[in-house]
Amino acid sequence: MDAILLQILNGLDKGSAYALIALGLTLIFGTLGVVNFAHGALFMIGAFCSVTVQRILTLSTTTIDETQKDFLGNPLKVQTPYVENWFGPEIGASIISWSVPIAILFAIPVMLFIGFAMERGLIKHFYKRPHADQILVTFGLAIVLQEVIKYFYGANPIPTPAPDAFRGSLDFGAMLGLDVSLAYPYWRLVYFGFSALIIGAVFAFLQFTTFGMVVRAGMADRETVGLLGIDIDRRFTIMFGIAAAVAGLAGVMYAPINSPNYHMGMDFLVLSFVVVVVGGMGSLPGAVLAGFLLGILESFASMNEIKAFFPGIDQIIIYLVAIIILLTRPRGLMGRKGVMEE
Amino acid sequence: MLGLNKRDATLLIVVASLAIFAPFILNPFPEGSAMAQFNAGYPDLMQRFVIFGVFAIGFNLLFGLTGYLSFGHAAFLGIGSYSAVWMFKLLGYNIIPGMILSVIVSALFALLIGYISLRRSGIYFSILTLAFAQMLFAIAYSDLIGRFVGTSITNGETGLQVYNSDPQFFHSVDKPNIPHLFGQEMQSTYTLDAGAWSFDFNFGYYFSALVLIGMFYLAIRIFRSPFGLMLRAVKSNQQRMNYTGLNTKPYTLAAFVISGMYAGLAGGLMASMDPLAGAERMQWTASGEVVLMTILGGAGTLIGPVLGAGFIKYFENIFAKINDNVLHSWFSFMPDGLEDFMVAIVHPFVGKGWHLTLGLLFMLVVIFLPGGLVEGGQRIGKMLSRKKADDKSPDANKTPAE
Repeated sequence: MDAILLQILNGLDKGSAYALIALGLTLIFGTLGVVNFAHGALFMIGAFCSVTVQRILTLSTTTIDETQKDFLGNPLKVQTPYVENWFGPEIGASIISWSVPIAILFAIPVMLFIGFAMERGLIKHFYKRPHADQILVTFGLAIVLQEVIKYFYGANPIPTPAPDAFRGSLDFGAMLGLDVSLAYPYWRLVYFGFSALIIGAVFAFLQFTTFGMVVRAGMADRETVGLLGIDIDRRFTIMFGIAAAVAGLAGVMYAPINSPNYHMGMDFLVLSFVVVVVGGMGSLPGAVLAGFLLGILESFASMNEIKAFFPGIDQIIIYLVAIIILLTRPRGLMGRKGVMEE
Repeated sequence: MLGLNKRDATLLIVVASLAIFAPFILNPFPEGSAMAQFNAGYPDLMQRFVIFGVFAIGFNLLFGLTGYLSFGHAAFLGIGSYSAVWMFKLLGYNIIPGMILSVIVSALFALLIGYISLRRSGIYFSILTLAFAQMLFAIAYSDLIGRFVGTSITNGETGLQVYNSDPQFFHSVDKPNIPHLFGQEMQSTYTLDAGAWSFDFNFGYYFSALVLIGMFYLAIRIFRSPFGLMLRAVKSNQQRMNYTGLNTKPYTLAAFVISGMYAGLAGGLMASMDPLAGAERMQWTASGEVVLMTILGGAGTLIGPVLGAGFIKYFENIFAKINDNVLHSWFSFMPDGLEDFMVAIVHPFVGKGWHLTLGLLFMLVVIFLPGGLVEGGQRIGKMLSRKKADDKSPDANKTPAE
């Protein structure tokens, strides 16, 4: 029982990341009909927003302290971050420790801007081109974005710690009155809560606002909405920006779980595509459901009991499930009829 | 000639002579001169040119003819390499059994993967092939089959290689202890010194080049056959083909398997040049690379993939060598401030930044020149011939298409 509970919890955080990226991918696909291979790069850029904010907050002045000596006997150079000078050492230190949540505020405008720029500058010109061309050009863009990040931040992963308040882990076992210990890092719980919030916000936005209603109508029948005199293209551009922001936020909050490196986007992209296809191309609930499902499945497959029976099943389970589902339910779990069926 | 019309024969001769004279063509600068770093005529790199040429020709048979974009073709390359190395381990270093097995095994895998993936088309097909390739990569990288059967099959992260303790059934003391073709070592190189120049003639390279020429000939025949025509019909409108009562599946499946066999052959060649097989060869970035090569050269054209493979492998090698010192020497004619500025601008694109250049180039090609380098060449050719046509005869343009 406790082992099962632990695996479900473990699956939730990875599943949240899959679900958020897949949600963005599906939004873009459902509205614009474009397959965005650069979506993983957006996730990666989001993670590097955390790194950037952390670096900005730790910009320091260097003073020479004559009273202390370093190990070579020279006067010690003391680096004091500007924020500590301005707000005093205690508040300053806590601001620095909260740099990842603060990065959310920074990432939203940045990601929206990148999303708009991408759609207006590049993807707009590919609506009428074949899907293969769209895949190819976004694949090229993903390479470029990845290399630009590599140029500025280097090839090594950059540790980006979570706020001190969330460092420890929560003992689920004690909480539920079980006599075993089920330690679970706080930050993963935060990540799960955060992604649930974002997913809820996106669905609420689409379901309960006029803007969302028009977008949903456009997804169902773009031409008719256009004939009614609504500028659907502009709204779809905004949706692209929102999808980019969703991927970016997923990346911002993922930075403490997995130190950002320049190719983390590509690693997630392949799996997110599998998630989208399993959930059903163009189905938003399908993407979220499949994201959590595959995340949990993956963590179950990495249990020792299962691995003893099937060595290494955890690395291929997602692909196996995807292949089986595509063969038995070609439209995915919740795919709509008529989407991407040549 | 050989059942080809005049244009195709010319194309074959061009490719064959490029391959045969490559040691001269790629070494145009004298040894020791400042430009010598742009020479690419050393055996290791030339082998890669032709091997990736074979790989890209095979990929083009699938993507260029049927329009099915496979994102997992490197899996077959890796499978070919593993099978070849297994033959080296079991039978000995003669490369013929290895090459044969690599083609057979990759064909079997292609049959299985193709049979399943081709049930869907478009983006679903791309993702299915990607999923299969990633699965095979994971299997090879962690040696999952090996853990099942109890003996190592892919040797995990280390990569599969030949050890002295291997059976090597046909191996004897008089035979070379590296890959060879009936005693002729793949690594043996004859160096010709002509004045300041020196040219390397490598046996392994010429063997691969022969394979390339043969495979190129086969590709021409497939392009011109009724079978090739059927594949093109699938690309232009599959629905209409289905409506006429024709089952397109056998045709696309055959194309997929042939294309997988080309990839397996390339993998076998790769293992013959260097008897090592690692899982990184199968990763999806490697699949992406062959897509880049084909598109850059010109998908759906005969010579495009060969050009693309050569282009990418050449510049990958050359760009990596350009460092800041080289840049400073290039811009040294400028005033100091401007020189540093130019070096700073160019710096991100060369050396380790080659992938940035490649990505940008690839995007530009997809956006502005969907037909790749071949289309670019044709456009230039047309512009030139139009100018000529103004003062000469009007029907002078006959650029070699495809």
